[in-house]
Amino acid sequence: MSRRIDHFVLKVDPILCDGFGHCHELAPELVHVDEWGYPIINEQPTSSSDLALLKSARLAVRGCPRQALRIERISGPT
Amino acid sequence: MTMTNSLPRVMHGASGRPLSLREHEEAFGTTTVGAALLRELDASGLLGRGGASFTTAKKVELLRSQRGHHKVVVVNAMEGEPVGHKDRTLLSSNPHLVLDGAQYLATMIGARRIEVCVSRKDSTIVHHVQRALHERELRKTGPEFVLQTPPWRYVAGEESALVHWLNDNETMPQYRPNRPHVLHVGRSPALAVNAETSAHVGMIGRFGADWFRELGTPLSPGSTLVSITGAVYRPTVHEVPLGTTLRSILADAGADPDPQAILLGGYGGAWLSAEHQDVAYCNEALLPFGASVGGGIIVVVPKGACGIAETQRIVAWMANESSRQCGPCAFGLPALAQDLRTVLRGSRAPRVVLERLKERCAVIDGRGACRHPDGVVRLVQSALEVFKDDVEGHVNGTPCDGVTSTRHWVAVPALERESELVWE
Repeated sequence: MSRRIDHFVLKVDPILCDGFGHCHELAPELVHVDEWGYPIINEQPTSSSDLALLKSARLAVRGCPRQALRIERISGPT
Repeated sequence: MTMTNSLPRVMHGASGRPLSLREHEEAFGTTTVGAALLRELDASGLLGRGGASFTTAKKVELLRSQRGHHKVVVVNAMEGEPVGHKDRTLLSSNPHLVLDGAQYLATMIGARRIEVCVSRKDSTIVHHVQRALHERELRKTGPEFVLQTPPWRYVAGEESALVHWLNDNETMPQYRPNRPHVLHVGRSPALAVNAETSAHVGMIGRFGADWFRELGTPLSPGSTLVSITGAVYRPTVHEVPLGTTLRSILADAGADPDPQAILLGGYGGAWLSAEHQDVAYCNEALLPFGASVGGGIIVVVPKGACGIAETQRIVAWMANESSRQCGPCAFGLPALAQDLRTVLRGSRAPRVVLERLKERCAVIDGRGACRHPDGVVRLVQSALEVFKDDVEGHVNGTPCDGVTSTRHWVAVPALERESELVWE
């Protein structure tokens, strides 16, 4: 099977992150926050065909005041 | 010259003072395996002795594949663990062996500069290294050596923090999302190795992989230095073959023959119950117990001491040593320390706090830029497992006798401001 890059995960740079919590507001399906307000991100790859989730992930990336988030595209679970 | 395969190896010729370059060459010889070095290193299966036990040959291979003519070898002798002494002991007896190893590594990856990093806290060691470098300078051969003296902190010895210091004078770990990650000093790719690893490379470069593998196990070959402290006759650094039973290592060090528990791997390591003393001291045998060789640290805690109290002191200190870059570490570790204190004293609904402590451990794990929080979480989790009965006693209001004792077994530097541990 050819490797297809059809999944994504949201990744946070923990050093840049200051716990504003915007990502949780913008993408509650992907990001939870801990008791100190720092994001706990769903580590399971999400299918890129799930456009609603991809959209909210993009919103979270764009809405992060510290620009600590990014979307990493990976090949999904085989 | 051939070397017998008895111990000591890297501590060969140790006489309480650093060997001069001439004495060093008399003791170890000058013949090297030459161009076969890379193959020998690969065949030796040497694992890094800094804590992560990463295969050195893989690291070298990664650096070899990097472009650039100005690569750097960083020799890490920072020794952030307060109970670790092996790099200091090594540098104060065989500094030239470490430098030889660094030189071989530089040849392998094509580096022109070698940065030797020793904490400025250890002025004697700085002096020893300075002297050794001067002796080499007089020879006017080989790559350029530079002595660096970063300030001492626990996380300063982490390789990315060390490289960060070399670049920007900040001892802060860096975020490395994709591993393996190539560190850079300036624009030059850098190979960071522990000082002891470098010394082993110095031995492999002389005597080859077959000789190296005569000691140790197939998966963890060679010998290693261990710093043994706690309930021992005298805190010492021993060189032991990997795969020796823990019991015989402890017996050699004159440790308490019937201890309560053993801390393995350092402050980010794990507790091991004393009933597992017959386990072999190597990663593959320690793995089922959740422990590892780590930075070669063994702390013996006798019966009558309180394991929770010792753990709490370590965690509080480790929380203070966090560089406070990542939220889960900056806020999570003080929270762990406070929860442990509540469990220890049995005050304020300790059972609820104990559950919260376990949840917090799971939440913090793996969410820092470096492995500092993960190590503390591992320590706390192993403490809750190994001292299970003690924890029950504390929670039920019947604490063990050790909690009132003023005698501590794990050496933890004094905290400057424990009451202000939560950082904002």
